[in-house]
Amino acid sequence: MGVKIEVKNLVKIFSSQPQKALHLLDKGFSKEHILTETGLTVGVNNVSFTVNEGEVFVVMGLSGSGKSTILRCLNRLIEPSSGAVIIDGIDITKLKTQELRQVRQTKLAMVFQQFALLPHRTVLQNTVYGLEVHGVSKAEREKRALERLAMVGLAGWEHSYPDELSGGMKQRVGLARALTNDPDILLMDEAFSALDPLIREEMQDELLNLQEKMNKTIVFITHDLNEALKIGDRIAFIRDGSLVQVGTPEEIIRDPADDYVAKFARGVDRTKILTLKDVMKRPHPIVQLRDGPHVALQVMKEHGISSVFVVDRAKHLQGLITADLALEARKAGVVSLAQVKLLDVPVHNETVLVQDIFTVIAESKVPLAVIDEEQRLIGIIIRGSVLAALADTGGDVKDDVSSTIGTVG
Amino acid sequence: MMYRLPLGQWVNHGVEWLLKNFGTAFDAFTNSVTNITDSIRDGVGLLPWFMIILIFALLAFRAKGWRLALGTTVGLFIIYNLQLWSPFLDTLILVLIASSVSLVIGIPLGILAARSNHFHKVLSPVLDFMQTMPSFVYLIPALMFFNLGTVSAVFATVIFSMPPVIRLTDLGIRQVPKDLIEVGEAFGSSSGQMLWKIQLPLALPTIMAGINQTMMLSLSMVVISAMIGAQGLGAGVLAGISQMDIGKGFEYGLAVVILAVILDRLSQGVIRNSRTTNKK
Repeated sequence: MGVKIEVKNLVKIFSSQPQKALHLLDKGFSKEHILTETGLTVGVNNVSFTVNEGEVFVVMGLSGSGKSTILRCLNRLIEPSSGAVIIDGIDITKLKTQELRQVRQTKLAMVFQQFALLPHRTVLQNTVYGLEVHGVSKAEREKRALERLAMVGLAGWEHSYPDELSGGMKQRVGLARALTNDPDILLMDEAFSALDPLIREEMQDELLNLQEKMNKTIVFITHDLNEALKIGDRIAFIRDGSLVQVGTPEEIIRDPADDYVAKFARGVDRTKILTLKDVMKRPHPIVQLRDGPHVALQVMKEHGISSVFVVDRAKHLQGLITADLALEARKAGVVSLAQVKLLDVPVHNETVLVQDIFTVIAESKVPLAVIDEEQRLIGIIIRGSVLAALADTGGDVKDDVSSTIGTVG
Repeated sequence: MMYRLPLGQWVNHGVEWLLKNFGTAFDAFTNSVTNITDSIRDGVGLLPWFMIILIFALLAFRAKGWRLALGTTVGLFIIYNLQLWSPFLDTLILVLIASSVSLVIGIPLGILAARSNHFHKVLSPVLDFMQTMPSFVYLIPALMFFNLGTVSAVFATVIFSMPPVIRLTDLGIRQVPKDLIEVGEAFGSSSGQMLWKIQLPLALPTIMAGINQTMMLSLSMVVISAMIGAQGLGAGVLAGISQMDIGKGFEYGLAVVILAVILDRLSQGVIRNSRTTNKK
């Protein structure tokens, strides 16, 4: 996976004569100082990041933080004051008008917050716009546009006008219009922010589906961290025009760089990012396959529980033994649990998202077993530990389970 | 005593200088334009009166429906009945020629003003001047440059009626939403593509309103320019005033009103159609 976009020391100062402010910025003066000194606003303050090919890169921040300005610097809808934007090895800030136009026609396409459909054109005429200005023949561009419209689920709507469509449908047209150009890079400016929550989720899923098929490089602007976490491979946090943190959703939530990011992270629906690994408890106590029913009963008695997991030497899960089963085995004079028919328990991989098996967790009478890639038992899930992780009370999730497991079964 | 600026003298000298150096050019221009307008007038004059009424009725029907068509027919028939048909045609043709010239010059100027802030700043005071200067003042230089008659009338009328279409073209293009302009730029449109595919279509309703205004102002000025020898309904009104013939003045005045209402409703109908053809 190569680097697709490299942004180096990007600065935007809103003025036609930014030299003085740039100079002060170089000297390390603050945004506030420059505002009082020169009266100029620093929109983007020395931002650098890279976007990998095929990645969904989310730029996240509050309104007025400069995230939309950064996006517009990537295709020079806003002219950067200094710094470089290197796309496929070419610094687009150095391109002449004609070359820039060429790059915009072929490499970059944009999806807008308020959809920005041309009201005097039909859905089809809107969708072909990019190819039309590029000079592609009518038959060819309409063929490609119809394909894309079908892809976003708008087949049959091509002759409607934008004011006949709902918000979600309008943005599907916006998306189809961007995709019809077959660009390498999609720039999405709060593309779903103007939609109802339900439609927004639907569009996010749709985008992820499309992305799986097409593998574009996507730069996505949003102010909604849930959205960022859902669709972003990596997230960049912007505050006051500066980059605060770049990282995967995991890294952002686990290890926020400062209070600003942490504040966002607190508002997150944690089920969307927590995996079983995050909420499981240490598998203790457990008994070995070579142990007998006496040992199993002793362990249960010691911890005040009614069942216990059985593993082999390599820690592969064999099953669950309850007190009743153990008592029966003892009566039958069995010496090793290997001879007992153990209860099957559902097993789940450590990477499964908590939200995906919520109901299983809630309804299960026995603890759930969590295994790693080598099928080894690495943890167990009980209802209490999930709640604790969601509440994020700061208590140690990987606490001993004996106090709660007693209620199970 | 305070020094008085000899502003009037300067203007007189300027006009005299122009006449002295370019007088023959003005005359040649006047003659050729007069020939063109006269032949148009003669051509239209060959059409029988009911044909013209029919053409107007059809236009009215297409613009707004049968009610306007009916009103147009009745109105024009009244003019025919009052035996004002020939001056009516004179005035109609003057209005159409003058407003065409205004639009041909004014719309491109409006586009330029919308695209260049510098030009917009220079043009604005000129337009203010053109609109607030009493319209009679234009009659004098027009008369000196182009003599009595049609060309003077067209000249004065164009100056007087051009500002609205310039202003509203400018405004219409500037009012195109910013995100739609961004769409044009983001997809790599050239500035010509931006103009024809995005700015002009979206500014069209506003531009049409400007065209309507320009036509109405043309009509009012064409009537006034009877004072410098323009043929038509205005001449009849003027005669009515000078002869103290109230009845005659009223008849000619009524014909002007009928023409004004018809032109206004027709061009408004076109505006409405341009809005709905956007949508199907």
